[in-house]
Formats: sequence, structure tokens, C-alpha cells
Amino acid sequence: MSIFDRAIRQRLILLIMVTVVLAACERPPMDTVQRGYRGLGMEAVVNPRGLAGKVEANIPPEPLPPVPKDGPKASEIYQNLQILGDLSIAEFTRLMAAITTWVAPQEQGCAYCHDQANFADDSLYTKRVARVMLAMTQRANEDWQVHVGETGVTCYTCHRGQPIPEAVWAKDPGPAHAKGLAPSGQNIASPAAAYASLPYDALTPFLDQASDIRVISTSALPQGSRKSIKQTEWTYSLMMHFSDSLGVNCTHCHNSRSFFAWDQSPEARTKAWHAIRLVREMNNVFIDATADILPDNRKGPLGDPLKVNCKTCHQGAYRPLYGANMLKDYPSLARLSGAAKSAKTGSGGIAP
Amino acid sequence: MAEYQNIFTRVQVRSPAEPGVSLGPGNIFRVGGMRFSYWAGKLGDAQIGPIYLGATGVLSLIFGFIAIEIIGLNMWASVNWDPVEFVRQLPWLALEPPPPEYGLSIPPLHDGGWWLMAGFFLTASILLWWLRTYFRARALGMGTHMAWAFAAAIWLYLVLGFIRPLLMGSWSEAVPFGIFPHLDWTAAFSIRYGNLFYNPFHMLSIAFLYGSTLLFAMHGATVLAVSRYGGDREIDQITDRGTASERAALFWRWTMGFNATMESIHRWAWWFAVLTVITGGIGILLTGTVVDNWYLWAVKHGVAPGYPDLNAIPVQDPLAPGVTQ
Repeated sequence: MSIFDRAIRQRLILLIMVTVVLAACERPPMDTVQRGYRGLGMEAVVNPRGLAGKVEANIPPEPLPPVPKDGPKASEIYQNLQILGDLSIAEFTRLMAAITTWVAPQEQGCAYCHDQANFADDSLYTKRVARVMLAMTQRANEDWQVHVGETGVTCYTCHRGQPIPEAVWAKDPGPAHAKGLAPSGQNIASPAAAYASLPYDALTPFLDQASDIRVISTSALPQGSRKSIKQTEWTYSLMMHFSDSLGVNCTHCHNSRSFFAWDQSPEARTKAWHAIRLVREMNNVFIDATADILPDNRKGPLGDPLKVNCKTCHQGAYRPLYGANMLKDYPSLARLSGAAKSAKTGSGGIAP
Repeated sequence: MAEYQNIFTRVQVRSPAEPGVSLGPGNIFRVGGMRFSYWAGKLGDAQIGPIYLGATGVLSLIFGFIAIEIIGLNMWASVNWDPVEFVRQLPWLALEPPPPEYGLSIPPLHDGGWWLMAGFFLTASILLWWLRTYFRARALGMGTHMAWAFAAAIWLYLVLGFIRPLLMGSWSEAVPFGIFPHLDWTAAFSIRYGNLFYNPFHMLSIAFLYGSTLLFAMHGATVLAVSRYGGDREIDQITDRGTASERAALFWRWTMGFNATMESIHRWAWWFAVLTVITGGIGILLTGTVVDNWYLWAVKHGVAPGYPDLNAIPVQDPLAPGVTQ
């Protein structure tokens, strides 16, 4: 009897140990797609069981039925149209209806941004922010085709039916720590670093400020580069964010035998290089311009507005919405219009 | 007939407890008494104790305790003394070396000073333990192979945490004390210096490490397989070669044409294990001090092969001169 008990007990312990060890893993087999020369590990690793759900979650809504482009311009009828005034009344109304379904909470509808008694009124902060966001979207589509290509972005790319996109970020002061201890800025379980022990606020120096991301030496022998390992960890954390946001591994952009070598990198790396600059501009020029009008619940713990990162658009897909082109159905978002056109920077000429 | 085989022992040999040889002058007493443990007997000898502490042992334990205490309390402080968070976050927590701006100066305690202090006590503890392995081996009239193998591991430890940071002129180059953090440090180290896999001493270290496991498995399997013929008395069989030794030798000559001997296999294993950390330490020591990018170094010296281009027109650095952004 005791032998039986012991056997049962040992098996139970083994089972518990195996469960604990495997709990954090995804079940094999994975699909691997070769994307480079054989033997170099230039592979995309995909979990085929997770993919169906991800594809489903990334199907864009049906476009609203097209409307005539002719007729009186919106600016001739509506007041206080600082942008989009060159659209026909029908087109303008269609876009507003689309934005309502993309962004506004269902129970509020138009009232989320507009004073129901006077739609031209600017008293609601949401309306003023929306104007900046429209300029930001137009700017991205018109001047950042190096990243967004012909597919472009719409409000839906990020918002997905919610007033605040699911993935936004703010400067992270880090967890509470004992007084008299200098925070290291890392070594805590943080989703921002994809649960590595790497720096948890790597987006601030790289996607808000323009700190140098490059840490790898470009010469075989030391020639004075003093890039430290700690600095490398900040870059590493940013790369974890990329990987996590796009649902890809390192080899999507790099040849891992030589992370720095551009001539061996996939083309996606150039896209990502431009994306870093695009996101910085979005945060510095457009998002920061709304800082003064946002209420506290739209700001981070340090009082900065909730900002854009890779995940805001990508949401786990290597191309947002897996490349679905919504922009072709809403061409007015593809080019700067009205006041936004007059200035290429600043908040696109839009004062919130 | 009962067989005496370890992992897992089917028969536990129990005899009156063995107190060990009498100690000569210059030794102090042994402590802890003698007892038997059934579970220890499953894995090795069932007798526990007596243990010889001596001055080096006592000091080593005290210094080691201080080091662990400093590291643990700093980790706990980093989660604001929250006991639940301390347990939950433990694998992520660390005591970091000072930031780069301090160079080799002594930083304030709260900003890397504790790391220096923990490193001092841990190093003192390890070196004292080394002395202990040396002197205890001497006291038993043994060779000092153990102490020198341990010294090889200490070499790697000192290169990582002391010698290389000294040469680089910055404590910040050293490894943090922490479970995940030291792994992330390792990955970052490799990335910063252009891929450590192209470091030939790293290659050697890996070869010796994997070789060690292979040799360990081969030797362990060989001895267990011939223990029914007395192969477990392998030391006897070095000089008094019996049927176990002959069969084992024949097996390897049949399967791969060559066999180690009951003596030489232990030298193979010792050198593989020791060279793992010696070559590893050399590889770390050269990184950043004389080589800044191992991939480029390997290309320069014909180590890294070239491959066909990934794209018809290779991607260009957007910041390179003449490239249109």
C-alpha cells in the first residue's frame, strides 16, 4: 500500500512540476516560414492555432455606402470647419458617421464630441482633440508613405471602436520603491518590456525623445565607442516592444547574426526606422499639442498625454488590420486639408 | 545478489558512522555530529556529517551571508518592502552595478554602492571557500585538483565582475545580481559587442561545455553498465584492470575505435570542465577591451562566411551618406 501511495505521490508531483513549467508556453507545433537564405534562421514563427483568432479580430468594419462628391461644400453650410471643409455635404456627413462608429462610445454617439445644441461649438475637449487627430491622420497618410504606404491609416486603425485605443502609453515613473534607493529603471515584471527585466520606460527616450538607439559597435576593434551594456538594455527593451507589438520575432527586421548590418536586413527594417520617426512626430507635434486641454483621466501618472507607440496601430499584427485598406473608402483622410494644409508641422496648423 | 548502484541506489550500505581520519596539528574540531539520512542515501552516501568549518569556512559563510543579505534587502527595497511583491517579482528583481557615469569611483550606497559592497563580500566569501577546498584537500593528503578546478570557475567570475570592469574603466560594465536581470545582461552584452557567437573563445567554451556533458554521460553510462562486473570500483581498475574495465574498453573500441582508460577519462573530464570557464573568461576579457564587434572581427579574419544577399538590392542604412530618406 505504501509503495502504491508513494508512486501516486511521485507522479502527482511530476505532473504538477510539468504543468508549472509548461504553463507559460504555447503548445507546439509552430509553423515556421523561411524568409531568407537556408540555414540562417531567417524565419517567421507563427502559432497556427492563435492566428485564426487574430485574423478575425483584425477584420475592419464594412465601409459606409459611397455618396456623391458633388453638391455644396461642407464649409459653405457648416460653421467653424477648420479642416475637411472641401468635402461635399454628403461626404462630410458620411465621414462623421464613420468616425462616430470608429471612435465614439455607442451610448454617446455624436454627443461624445459635439454640443448637441450647436455642433459648431468647440467647448468639448474631445472635439478639439479630434481635430488634431484628423490632422495627424492626414499628415501620416500624405507625408509618411515611407511607413504607411498606400494602405495608410484611418481613425479605426488605432481606435477600433473605442474612444481611447487599446494600446497607448505614458511616461512610467516605475513602481513604488523604498526612499533612499536610486531606481534602476528596470528589473520589474513589466508588460512594456514584454516581461523581460529590461527597462520598463524605454518608450520615453526613443518614441517621445530622440535618444540614440544604435549601440552596436561599427568597427571590429575599439575605436572609442562608449556605448554601455546598460544603454544596450534600453535599446533591447524598445526592440522587445517592437516584437511584441507586431507579433514578430527579431528576424522580421534583422539578420540576427549581425543585428546592426543594414545590408543583411529585411526591408521591413527600413519601414520600422521610418516608423520610429513617424511615431515621434505624432507624439511631439500632435499628441503633446493636446496636453493642455486633456482631462486628467486622459493623461499618465506624470501628467503627460496618453501617447502612440507601435502597438497602438499594429495591435499584434505585423501589418495593422493585416493590411486591409480602409483608406481607399475614406480618401479625405489621405491628404492634409483646410488649416492642416497650411502648416506641415506644428500641430498641422491646428490649434486644439 | 544485491547491486550497489547510485541514481538510484537499490541498496544502502549502512555501517557504523565514519568519523574520518584524526586531525593533525593546525586543525580545529569537526562539528555537526554524525547521522544517517535515507533520502541522502538515495542520491549518495547516507551519512551526513561531521563537517569541518575552520576559520575559512566560518568566515566564508559569514561573508556569503552578508552578500546575500545585501542583495536580498536591496531587492526588497526596490519593491518598497512589500513582502508579497518581493516573492512575486523575485525572478525579475536585481541589485544593479552603478550607472556608467561613476566610472570606477566609489558611488553612493543607494546608487550602486551596495552592489560594490555585495560584490566585495561575495568575492571574499568565494575566495575563502577556495582556501578551504585547498587546505582541506591538503589535510587529507589529497591532490588539489578540486581547488584548481574551482579556481578556474572563480577566474570567470572575477573577469565578469571585477577584472573586465577595471579594464573598461567602469563598474557599470559588470553583471547585476538577479535571476532574469543577469540573463538579460548576457543577451545585451552579446548584442552590444556584435554577437558573441563569433568570439572564438566563446566557441571554445561552448565546445568544452557541451563536451563536458557528453563525457559525463559517456563515463557515467560506461561505469554503470559494467558495475555488475565490479566496474564501480573504477579506481581499483586503473591499475588492476579487471573484466569490467576490459569490457568497457572493448565497447568503445568496437563503437568508435578508441577508448579512454579508467584513469584518463577522469583527466578528460577534469580538463573539459576547467577549460570551459578558462576559455570563457578569456573570451569575456577580450570583449570590449581588444575587440569591439565580434561579427566584424570574424568577417575580417575569414571566420564568418558570406551568404547570398537577402534582397536583390540590399537594404541601406537610412543615415548613411547619400541615402535618400
